Amino acid sequence: MIVVDIALVVLALALLPALWRIAVGPTDADRALSADHVFFVFLAVAGLLALRLEDSVFLDVVLVATLVGFLATITLARLVDRGRS
Amino acid sequence: MSALEVVQAAVGYGLVVLGVSLVAVAALGLIRFPDAFSRLSAVTKAATLGVCLTLLGVLVLDPSASNAVKVLLAVALQFITSPVGGFALGRAAYRSGSPLAPGSLYDELGGRHTGPPDGRSGNRPPRR
Repeated sequence: MIVVDIALVVLALALLPALWRIAVGPTDADRALSADHVFFVFLAVAGLLALRLEDSVFLDVVLVATLVGFLATITLARLVDRGRS
Repeated sequence: MSALEVVQAAVGYGLVVLGVSLVAVAALGLIRFPDAFSRLSAVTKAATLGVCLTLLGVLVLDPSASNAVKVLLAVALQFITSPVGGFALGRAAYRSGSPLAPGSLYDELGGRHTGPPDGRSGNRPPRR
C-alpha cells in the first residue's frame, strides 16, 4: 500500500507542471494540452484510488472519464483552432 | 503468502510504478520541451502509456471479472481515442500559428495550412 501512497503523491506533483503551463502559456495550444495532461493524471489517480480505498466504483469513473476526456480534448482543439484573433 | 501472491504483487506494483513514472516523465516534458508540438508528443504518448500501465497494474493487484471488463475497456478506449485527440490538438496548434522551436529543421507544410477555408490568413508569419 505504501507504493500506492507514494504513487498518488507523485501524481499530485505531476499536476503542478500542467498548472504552470496553463498559467504561462505561451499559446492556447499549450493550455489545451495541459488540460489533456490533467485528464490523464486524473485517470491514473482514479485507478489508484480504486486500489487504495478498495472500492471498484472508481473504475467506472475511469471508464466514463476516458470518454469525457476524449470529448474535452476534441472540443479544446476546435476552440484553439477557431479562437485565434 | 503463496508464491502466486508474491508474483502478483511484484507484477502489479511494477506496472503501477512504471505507469506513474511515465506520467511523471510526461509532466517533466511539459516543463522542459521547447515548443507546443514536442510538449504534445510528450503528453499524448508518455501519459497515455503511463495511464494504461497504471490501470493494468490495478487490475493485476485486484483481479475480478467486473474489474477486468472495466479496465480492459478503458485501456482499449484510451489507445483508440488518445491518438485522435493528440492529432486534433497538433493540427489545431499548427493552424493557430503556434511557433516551432528555433532549432526545428523541417516544416513540411511551410505555414500553408494556417488559414481557415474562407481565405482569411492565420497569424503565422510568412516564411522568408
